[in-house]
Amino acid sequence: MATHESTYRPTSRFAKWLDARLPLPRMMHAQFVDFPTPRNINYLWTTGGLLSFCLVAQIATGIVLAMHFVPSAADAFNSVEHIRRDVNYGWLIRNIHAVGGSMFFLAVYIHIGRGLYYGSYKAPREVLWIIGVVILLLMMATAFMGYSLPWGQMSFWAVTVITNLFSSVDSIIPGLGTRIVQWLWGGYAVSGTTLTRFYSLHYLLPFVIAGAVGLHIWALHVVGQNNPTGLEIKTTSDAVPMAPYAVMKDVFALSVFVMLFAWFVFYVPDYLGHPDNYVEANPLSTPPHIVPEWYFLPYYAILRAIPNKLLGVIAMFSSILLLIFVPWLDTSRVRSAKYRPIYKWFFWLFIISVVALGYLGSKPPEGSYVFWARVFTAYYFVHLLVVMPIVGVIETPSKLPRSISEAVLGKSGQPVNVGAPAAPERR
Amino acid sequence: MQREADLAHTADEPNRRDFIVIAAQAFAGVGAAMALWPFIHQMNPDASTQALASIEVDVSPIKEGQAITVSWRGKPVFIRNRTADEVKAANAVKVADLVDPSARNDALPEKAPATDPNRTKKGKENWLVLVGICTHLGCIPKGQSMSDAKGDFGGWFCPCHGSHYDTAGRIRKGPAPRNLEVPPYEFASDTKIKIG
Repeated sequence: MATHESTYRPTSRFAKWLDARLPLPRMMHAQFVDFPTPRNINYLWTTGGLLSFCLVAQIATGIVLAMHFVPSAADAFNSVEHIRRDVNYGWLIRNIHAVGGSMFFLAVYIHIGRGLYYGSYKAPREVLWIIGVVILLLMMATAFMGYSLPWGQMSFWAVTVITNLFSSVDSIIPGLGTRIVQWLWGGYAVSGTTLTRFYSLHYLLPFVIAGAVGLHIWALHVVGQNNPTGLEIKTTSDAVPMAPYAVMKDVFALSVFVMLFAWFVFYVPDYLGHPDNYVEANPLSTPPHIVPEWYFLPYYAILRAIPNKLLGVIAMFSSILLLIFVPWLDTSRVRSAKYRPIYKWFFWLFIISVVALGYLGSKPPEGSYVFWARVFTAYYFVHLLVVMPIVGVIETPSKLPRSISEAVLGKSGQPVNVGAPAAPERR
Repeated sequence: MQREADLAHTADEPNRRDFIVIAAQAFAGVGAAMALWPFIHQMNPDASTQALASIEVDVSPIKEGQAITVSWRGKPVFIRNRTADEVKAANAVKVADLVDPSARNDALPEKAPATDPNRTKKGKENWLVLVGICTHLGCIPKGQSMSDAKGDFGGWFCPCHGSHYDTAGRIRKGPAPRNLEVPPYEFASDTKIKIG
């Protein structure tokens, strides 16, 4: 799709001069103005734009916070309070950054769920999908290190627990895991040294994410967007130019998203956080109940569901790394679950499992919570490793429309599902 | 076809240029690896952190059944004055029934069995000194204060992921793989412990 005929025509003398030297406006026009967009994409296809907005918002607010934050064990906690109370509009910028992390993950999980439902990972979009998984991992690393910076009790103990995951290597090569953990910490326990290095990396990684997003969009614009039918664009009538059609849809979705965002920022900025993080870090006392931020709860539930330390860590990491292989685990010839009568049900079971794991991750590891965490963890892996390959083979997909246009307009080429207008135009 | 034949020919007999290319690549590779090492090693514990500090603790105020937590090398150390019943309970357990059969005592070899005497000092069996870090993921187990939940085995209970330790600090139930570590320590006098 990247090779479509661009309608870019430089008019001014400067535009013509630049076009012969660095055709950047030509590229932007081809990729973001008249880029052919499937005419049937729904609102789930606006999440990419929302995510770009989140990344820019996090970087902009983060740069401001870095001007006032002091990355040391003695001062970090107080400097965050200083930002909230003393710095002009510090409360606003800090709230946008803190809530922004949650909004970023909300959008990315919807984005991934859409990709899974409509088969956006299937050929020729495997590389696009894998870059997406890499971005998810980078986001998780960035969010984890960012959460350590306020140096509250949850910050401190989250760092302790998560870095200690690497000590499980000790049960394969004795001593190596401990060495890795001490290398991460820069000491024999989590300390100010650890805080400083996490601060450095937390500032670096968003720019690495921005680079990966560039590759993600490049890969997307080579193969073109998927759509609810999972069919490729075959004729010009299957597509509309990105601007204004897809862009306006993105803008409308963004304004709704920003309303939700603003509601959190202005009314309940701490709703998604944890009160224990307003207690300064104390290396000699673990809070009675440690929980990660909501967006890590499903993985945390998987970790705790397995009674063996090493296997728990392996299960947790493979729950994400397995996504890399989804393009090959799914054996179906049809992309979109819309036309997969059996798989569709398994897909929703998978979503229910992930949500249930999120709930169980927030509960203490005892009694029936452990039992149910094991049930849903088992389904998570069964879905990816058994259901996807087998259902793809045994299922008979329902009849696909011949083209995107047919799906939208019907066989006659006339719009379907359009009755009389609610308020007929009168002249 | 002629060109392919030429390539095959040159591949068979490496010439001077091949040698120079391989030597230059190897030199650059080794140089890059060596230049990388300082950037990796700088993250390891630094000299000031490594300077092994030892601390002395006065244990005379700790009554039977009480415990205190002190900080050593940035880690919490549990010092517990066990009751006779607790010592008896710890001795009653067979090593074969333990999750981790190793004493995990820095003063003893790795293979020493996790019996209660191997986790304490002779003649001071009521005193239990442990690094208070759960061997699962590094939380600090509960059980130091009288009102704490002490788990199913009367020792410590880690609230993070539900590991239960007995009155000798040995893992009995839950995801932790090892017994709580016994740090290097000695009795400097009847009422003073030197850790480190």
